[in-house]
Amino acid sequence: MERKKQGMILLKVLKSGIVAWILLVLVWRFGAAFYTDDFLPGPWVTLKGAAALVADGALGTDILVSLLRVIKGWLLGLIFAIPVGLLIGNFKTAGYIFEPFLNFFRFVPAIGFITLFLLWFGVGESSKVALIFYAVIFPVMVNTIAGVRSVDEALIEASESLGANKARTFFTVVVPSAVPNIFTGVRLGLSGAITCIVAAEMLAASEGVGYLIYTSRLYYRTDWIFTGIFTLGIIGFIADKLLQLVGRKWLCRFAVR
Amino acid sequence: MYIELKNINKSFGNFKASQDVSFGVEKGKLVALLGPSGSGKTTILRMLAGLEHQDGGDIYIDGKLVNDVSVQDREIGFVFQSYALFPYLTVAGNIAYGMKIKKKSRQEIEEKVKYLLNLVGLPGLESRYPDQLSGGQRQRVAFARALATEPQLLLLDEPFAAIDAKVRKELRRWLKELIEEVGVTSIFVTHDQDEAVEVADELIITNEGRVEQIGTPFDIYRNPKTPFVAQFIGESVILRDYEYEKIRGYKKQEGASSAAIRPEFVKVVPADSDVEYPNGYMDGVVAHADFRGSNLELTVEVNGLELKAEYVLDEKGLKKGDPVKVFVSRLYTFDEKNAYTVINSSLQTGEIYYI
Repeated sequence: MERKKQGMILLKVLKSGIVAWILLVLVWRFGAAFYTDDFLPGPWVTLKGAAALVADGALGTDILVSLLRVIKGWLLGLIFAIPVGLLIGNFKTAGYIFEPFLNFFRFVPAIGFITLFLLWFGVGESSKVALIFYAVIFPVMVNTIAGVRSVDEALIEASESLGANKARTFFTVVVPSAVPNIFTGVRLGLSGAITCIVAAEMLAASEGVGYLIYTSRLYYRTDWIFTGIFTLGIIGFIADKLLQLVGRKWLCRFAVR
Repeated sequence: MYIELKNINKSFGNFKASQDVSFGVEKGKLVALLGPSGSGKTTILRMLAGLEHQDGGDIYIDGKLVNDVSVQDREIGFVFQSYALFPYLTVAGNIAYGMKIKKKSRQEIEEKVKYLLNLVGLPGLESRYPDQLSGGQRQRVAFARALATEPQLLLLDEPFAAIDAKVRKELRRWLKELIEEVGVTSIFVTHDQDEAVEVADELIITNEGRVEQIGTPFDIYRNPKTPFVAQFIGESVILRDYEYEKIRGYKKQEGASSAAIRPEFVKVVPADSDVEYPNGYMDGVVAHADFRGSNLELTVEVNGLELKAEYVLDEKGLKKGDPVKVFVSRLYTFDEKNAYTVINSSLQTGEIYYI
């Protein structure tokens, strides 16, 4: 019995994913022993660098600035992409007209548009938000369309046989059935947004996590670069977990897992 | 006739799903569309519902031509093979779906949901979700949902196909009783003879897009009219090329070269038994004997023919190689187009038969 209990605890620890983190820190520490701190700072050095950044408030500001941009662009993207995706998915004609655009531009990464957007929207916030918007809409639209098209035909027929017209069927059957796919798109959109904000901030910004990473090289603060990288990972990780939590809590009826 | 189909034709590409289908259904009847898969029975059901549109022909419901009436306005209830319950709605939400469209008051809906759940034997399950129900329960909810809008016609597509065998039997009887209670005209599709015979007032046998025969289960069972029905109903042994001549009590019938013989019309007794119509019996040997619980499923060799028979177990039983006497009380001969019921000539009265 006692052994079994221990086994269960071990399994729980394994499943939590903590082993990966321990391994990472160990390998990192080991690797760092062979190089100078300027080239490859160890975990401890990085932690100290991070502490300094936190203390003078720089890291906090950077995170906040980046997050605001991401949330703004992401939300705008969702507001645009979900309805458009629903329409393209539901109406064949709309699909014929708009899908070629979609299938062309979704292969052009947002980063490819940085210079163009700077030119069009200036160096201020709008160019970054526009860039994130661009990065978000494609995964969201593609997944929304796929969701609409995979709705069980029998559910639509059931709804119609109960007297529902097309519009009612759309809102009470098609949309709820597509929710799991839409949610996948929303999650992918968020990760796309975080990826692209870094690129944008590296090229044209005076604040943000991307800016932190890019400018730290000027001061040979490799530990700050590491700090920036970890910050990004942690932001993405937490954001996705939060989203999943929201999904499980509010959307579980739509089979969001 | 309450429901009438007249000369319905329907093709999917080169596949003819319905060919000149005509039949009528009286009000309040429970009718089964029975046929092998691909025989066009589901297509007929879907055309009745308005989910599919015929290429030609007319459909009448309650005297009204409904060719151009959309599925939304046909006022039918449809129970899908896969149940098609909305997974994101509760049981109550599913049942109320159609009533909300009809703008019923909240109170009315609530009462009706409660009434229907009682009716289908699931009281108190209002707030469950479909994935928290068993297959049989989902089926009952689907049924309640279809009845909620008080349809003039209830259509059921293989209603028991996805339910395990034990529950299925129970549900069949339940469905028959329920439909009788509600009094709604109902048509259901099945490929299962037992199910059709047990549940329906009337059978419509379909094959290759055509209606083969219409009648009560008893009538169709006793007097199949077409070669297909003669072979499809029951588990017949088919004899070709006038082989049935070799069976005592039957004469060659010009034109009808084939015959279907059902096990229940083949009487087998041990060779030393006394029998009622000794003239009709032939000597045979047991070729196989399979134990089926309450009875033996026999294959007997008689005059060079292999016939299947059911043998109710007595104390002795029969085994392979045992000599037996065999009597065939009736068989169905058929030609290309028609089937004929033939009774053993040694049964003078013609109405005595063994089951």
